[in-house]
Amino acid sequence: MTEAFASQQEKTPKIELRGVKKSFGSKHVLNGIDLSVPKGSSLVIIGGSGTGKSVMLKCVLGLIHPDAGEVLIDGQDTSHLRGRKRDAVMGKFGMLFQGGALFDSLQIWENVAFGLIQGKGVSRKDAYDIAIEKLRAVGLPSRVAKLLPAELSGGMQKRVGLARAIAANPEIIFFDEPTTGLDPIMADVINDLIIETSKGLGATTLSITHDMHSARKIADDIAMIYKGEIIWHGKAADVDHSGNPYVEQFIKGSAEGPIKMEI
Amino acid sequence: MSAQNPVPPRLHRFGNGFLDLSETIGHSTIRFFASVGRLAEFAGRAIVNLFTPPWFGRQIARQFVDIGYYSLAVVGLTTLFSGMVLALQSYTGFARFNAEGAIANVVALSITRELAPVLAGLMVAGRIGASIAAEIGTMRVTEQIDALTTLSVNPFKYLVVPRILAGTLIMPVLVLIGDIIGIFGGFLVSIYRLGFNAHHYVDQTIQFLEPIDVISGLVKAAVFGFIVTLMGCYNGYNSERGAQGVGAATTNAVVSASILILIFNYLLTQIFFS
Ligand SMILES: Nc1ncnc2c1ncn2[C@@H]1O[C@H](COP(=O)(O)OP(=O)(O)O)[C@@H](O)[C@H]1O
Ligand SMILES: [Mg+2]
Repeated sequence: MTEAFASQQEKTPKIELRGVKKSFGSKHVLNGIDLSVPKGSSLVIIGGSGTGKSVMLKCVLGLIHPDAGEVLIDGQDTSHLRGRKRDAVMGKFGMLFQGGALFDSLQIWENVAFGLIQGKGVSRKDAYDIAIEKLRAVGLPSRVAKLLPAELSGGMQKRVGLARAIAANPEIIFFDEPTTGLDPIMADVINDLIIETSKGLGATTLSITHDMHSARKIADDIAMIYKGEIIWHGKAADVDHSGNPYVEQFIKGSAEGPIKMEI
Repeated sequence: MSAQNPVPPRLHRFGNGFLDLSETIGHSTIRFFASVGRLAEFAGRAIVNLFTPPWFGRQIARQFVDIGYYSLAVVGLTTLFSGMVLALQSYTGFARFNAEGAIANVVALSITRELAPVLAGLMVAGRIGASIAAEIGTMRVTEQIDALTTLSVNPFKYLVVPRILAGTLIMPVLVLIGDIIGIFGGFLVSIYRLGFNAHHYVDQTIQFLEPIDVISGLVKAAVFGFIVTLMGCYNGYNSERGAQGVGAATTNAVVSASILILIFNYLLTQIFFS
């Protein structure tokens, strides 16, 4: 009985989207997204700019409310949760934002410790120690702790964003274009850090990117979004022989093919 | 050609223009009421969050300093010169019907009832309303507000409540200080420039001024403080993407707060004094 229950839990996807739709006015961004991410695995969603990747991620996070469909976390529909119940779900999440989204009036360590101090009521003293430890985990020395975000380079800001995302030991981590805007070497350093930190926590990760090198590196599974729908979903190893003309064109980075840029 | 199009071109154009115009009016009316609804919902959410824990003490304290302390100079200068010019103007005006003696009364009444709250409100709208909208707008555009939510911190409690609370409570204090400085400005001009008797002037001010004059001004100040911070937060929070969006939010915050201050000033005056 308990064993059956345990294996049932194993099979419940950590994250599941069912028919998620979202429009802004007359602009249909998501047209029914179905996806599932098994516990402890890493799904990377690839797709062109403006195809709704960030909107989809924000629907899962509850920052945007879908017009239709369900978002299940550990099998529980979260799309209508509010207040304390929503906070409980948020507590499982860590998020690395596309632009870092660091609080520019707060010092680096306060940024990293923000969720601990303000959200979870950890004392400033203990939170400081955790912040230093997390900064070290992303390869930053403790002397940056007292600096302001504007005093750091783009790559270092990404690291701080990553340290903040993992500060509360989340079960699920979201990455919104973690390598965009970085040079190729720094991008690879960030890729390694993503793998290291999420494996270290045993976290489930959902990432979005248009950087194929990054996708190949951090993904167990890859899905491609096009015009608000998932048009391909498979193992990362299969992405090079997907047999899907959209995916092939995207991987080759070719202007010729079924995907037409709307200019 | 003309057979296919029986309406003379000029009339046609006029008809189109008229339709366009009424369509535009219709659309902007709908948009106006929709935005009033959104603003009311925003204000309601702010008030609910104001009265429910948790409260962010550090943020609230910081806003008291930002809004109160740093507005002192602006409010002080504005009311000082208003009181001074009021004395000068009433002297030259009242001399025409030999009523120079009423200067002390005019200064005290105008400053406490009208000038201190309205001018302080407008100055704070320009100074505080703009900076609130710019700061929160930038946080919206750079996803810092989303980041707050993902870190289990309610942005209404962390950003909006401290500003509205501080603005509403500190404005009456600013205006009370403005009252004193403004009356003092009138006193300075009356004594040193117009040659009034200082003792007599002070006596007249104190005897004539009723508590309701000051209190009505302080109530106005609280309402204006609420309006300025609410409009700053609302416009910043709903800022559109990009630097342009933040710029527009800032302008809207100042303009809408200023207009609302003038409208509510009239309404409150009517409630108090009629
Ligand atoms: N809050 C919003 N309001 C209106 N339109 C939006 C909003 N957020 C995103 N969009 C639109 O949705 C589309 C998808 O955006 P996004 O998910 O950010 O794309 P990307 O795949 O590059 O992350 C874009 O056309 C964008 O303009
Ligand atoms: Mg995006």
